[in-house]
Amino acid sequence: MSIPILEMRNITKEFPGVKALDNVSFQVAEGEIHCLVGENGAGKSTLMKVLSGVYPHGGYTGEILFGGHVQKFAGIRDSEKAGIAIIYQELALVPEMTVYENIFLGHEIRNGFMVDWNETIKRAGEMLKKVRLEVNPAAKVKDLGVGKQQLVEIAKALSRDVKLLILDEPTAALNEDDSENLLNLLRDLKNHGVTCIMISHKLKEVIEIAETVTVLRDGQTICTLDAPKGEVSQNVLIKHMVGREIDNIYPHREHRQPGEVVLAVANWSAYNPALGRNVLSDVNFIVRKGEIVGLAGLMGSGRTELALSIFGNPDGYRIKGEISVKGKKRRFTHPQKAIGAGVAYVTEDRKSDGLILIQDVKQNITLANLRAISKRGVVNNNAEVKVANDYKTSLNIKTPSVEQKVGNLSGGNQQKVSLGKWLFVKPDVLILDEPTRGIDVGAKYEIYMIMTRLVEQGMCIIMISSELPEVLGMSDRVYIVSSGKIAGELPIEEATQEKIMHLATN
Amino acid sequence: MPFIKNARRVLQQNIREYGMYIALFVIMAIFTITTDGIFISSRNISNLLNQTGYIAVLAVGMTLVIVIRHIDLSVGFLAGFLGAVAAIAMVFWHWPVYVAIPFVLALGVLAGLITAFLVAQMNIPAFVATLAGWLIYRGAILLVTESTGTIIIPDAAFNAIGNGFIPDIPDIGILPGVHKLTLILGLSGIILFIINEINDRRKKQAYNFEVLPLDIFILKLVLVSALVGGITWVLAGYQGLSWTAVVVLIVVLVYDFITSKTVLGRHIYAVGGNPEAAELSGISVKRITYVVFGSMGMLSALSGILFASRLQSATTTAGTLFELDAIAAAFVGGVSAAGGVGKVMGSLIGALVMLSLTSGMNLMGIGIAPQYLVRGAVLAAAVIFDVATRSRGK
Repeated sequence: MSIPILEMRNITKEFPGVKALDNVSFQVAEGEIHCLVGENGAGKSTLMKVLSGVYPHGGYTGEILFGGHVQKFAGIRDSEKAGIAIIYQELALVPEMTVYENIFLGHEIRNGFMVDWNETIKRAGEMLKKVRLEVNPAAKVKDLGVGKQQLVEIAKALSRDVKLLILDEPTAALNEDDSENLLNLLRDLKNHGVTCIMISHKLKEVIEIAETVTVLRDGQTICTLDAPKGEVSQNVLIKHMVGREIDNIYPHREHRQPGEVVLAVANWSAYNPALGRNVLSDVNFIVRKGEIVGLAGLMGSGRTELALSIFGNPDGYRIKGEISVKGKKRRFTHPQKAIGAGVAYVTEDRKSDGLILIQDVKQNITLANLRAISKRGVVNNNAEVKVANDYKTSLNIKTPSVEQKVGNLSGGNQQKVSLGKWLFVKPDVLILDEPTRGIDVGAKYEIYMIMTRLVEQGMCIIMISSELPEVLGMSDRVYIVSSGKIAGELPIEEATQEKIMHLATN
Repeated sequence: MPFIKNARRVLQQNIREYGMYIALFVIMAIFTITTDGIFISSRNISNLLNQTGYIAVLAVGMTLVIVIRHIDLSVGFLAGFLGAVAAIAMVFWHWPVYVAIPFVLALGVLAGLITAFLVAQMNIPAFVATLAGWLIYRGAILLVTESTGTIIIPDAAFNAIGNGFIPDIPDIGILPGVHKLTLILGLSGIILFIINEINDRRKKQAYNFEVLPLDIFILKLVLVSALVGGITWVLAGYQGLSWTAVVVLIVVLVYDFITSKTVLGRHIYAVGGNPEAAELSGISVKRITYVVFGSMGMLSALSGILFASRLQSATTTAGTLFELDAIAAAFVGGVSAAGGVGKVMGSLIGALVMLSLTSGMNLMGIGIAPQYLVRGAVLAAAVIFDVATRSRGK
């Protein structure tokens, strides 16, 4: 290995209740393409945020050496000055501005007090040539496709004399041609002396492009593999990524003979007009009474879109296909209709679209089923408190009272409130989207216990989860979603993390 | 002293809610002193309530609009325009008052639904959609009054809404010179309030819910009763309860009931608190938007009627700046610009605070320039207080 351009030593970063990075060390040699892989939540993005100064010096322990010097970045500006550029999955371009304005945004070329637009356009043209993007520099960014926008981002980074380019899942939103194009560009940049760190879930790409791969798991560095020495293969990577033992953090479940089919989705396709492509194509699946069905897959594979498109389609996709609930064909034009037919959906992000944080526990719990506690449109406040207290007890929600604002509760308790709200609509089908994201182990176990109890009472649960051990620990059956399609179905006896990963990453 | 401790705790927990009542009380007390008691005189209080009327009904509707994260700038000229329509209907078309008023209220609802269509269906920001409405209704009011100028309304029943008082029961010899029906209404109001509160407390105790400590509960009953009783007494000493006050009271009570007790009210606050979560909870955000703007339109019509009735005429400038007074009243009354927070009763108090300032400063002979400065400062102070107490958690 040549001289490292970057060395991160013993980085530990804690969030309240969670150790996101635990003594991570990470080395990148000058002029290489270094891939960082790991499951969702392994700490990849956190590590890159520490590096780029999003989490400023002092918020973590450990040392960063870049270009041979110890760096103490107080913010992104500092890391940019040192020559580090990070490109996130959600692009940071201003859609209404032109390509050249975006490229030099924040470090405009000046001519005295004024922006030198002629020079800007000329230099922007040069940058675009470097990233091999043939567009008019005066085009608006919003008129470009995602792939081209990504290249504009890279051009923007290059315009700042970048030495180390970090890409966070750059190909997640790209089609194959654009992805290939991007990978070629990275090789090209490498030949011009730019070092690259790429975070990716697509192992095929990693194998294709990486010279070195570092695997993170649960906030720790598991290993660093050298591609030229033949250490990198899909099997090896998957083994290291998921290599943890499943301990008994899941309640014991009898996988009983499931009952009749409750929900059946057939030939289900959804076209997203905003993206201009199908987010789901030809999905078929069923859920039976008393069953927990896992929907595994990578982020962005279409699991949430699937759930939402079934649950009244609030995002306005154009849908083809059929749903039937308990043998009856249904068409849900609004979440209200889905709720009425016995389908409930607990959202992935409880803060942004699950709960009303400024309202209290009881108001959140009763929101989706106010009719049950009202007469002629008038809410019975006392009945409401009683209902809320019942769920507070049965779900063990830790709050001083049901009049506490939900925003003041911990993540686990917020999740329980969210669950309580959807249990109160008495659904037949409960869709849980990442039910244990961002909550601690104890609360996780409680949620698993509640799920177990619910299916024993005859409910059926669809569990969307990115955590493979959770999928394996809780499901009776697993569907693997990949690129908007069902890539496979595994009964729990046959499902392994490796098999699921293979199906999900293909 | 447990009593003082209890009182302090309750006050601290509810400082935001009680803050503006205290502010209103302080403002009234100051003006009473600076005007040697003229401010608190029966006649002035009666006038004050009548002046507040047409802004108060707008502020009530505006509260809901701001709660669902929108704004309505068109309400002032819409009120002016619809007041003129009412005048034209009665004067030129010879419609009886009991037809003209429902017709104008229906027009108001229609205007609100059009705004809602632009906002909910076409996704036009409410600021822009209602700014267009502001211009259009201003044009409309000029258009319909262009040929005639000010339209004098001769209808006595209509004019009584803004100027008249409720009738009194026949003189029975006691309390001469005092409006007895007003006193009876005030007393019944107090008794109903006390019975209601005690019932509520009993029910809560039956469920084993937390209630106010007994001494604080009694203090609350005494304070509210004294306030209502005091206002009643002051009004009864002049000509009694005005029809405007009756209209405002009904509007505020109905809206307070809807927002605090009904499913519809819950849905409105849910949409304001988090529209995405509300939608995913089966609430149609579009439907709520229609309902709220529709109600705003109706209340604009009502405001126009109150104003035209008070002036006994429709003028070319009616409704000018009403929208800003209504918005200011709502913000002074504790409505949050971020949405999801705000009470109808608060906005009524907000309107009273702003109008008390105007009235008091007028009585003191303060010029119009310092009046604007003071009102601006009070608005800013109210919002700062609101934000500061909100960020303290709870």
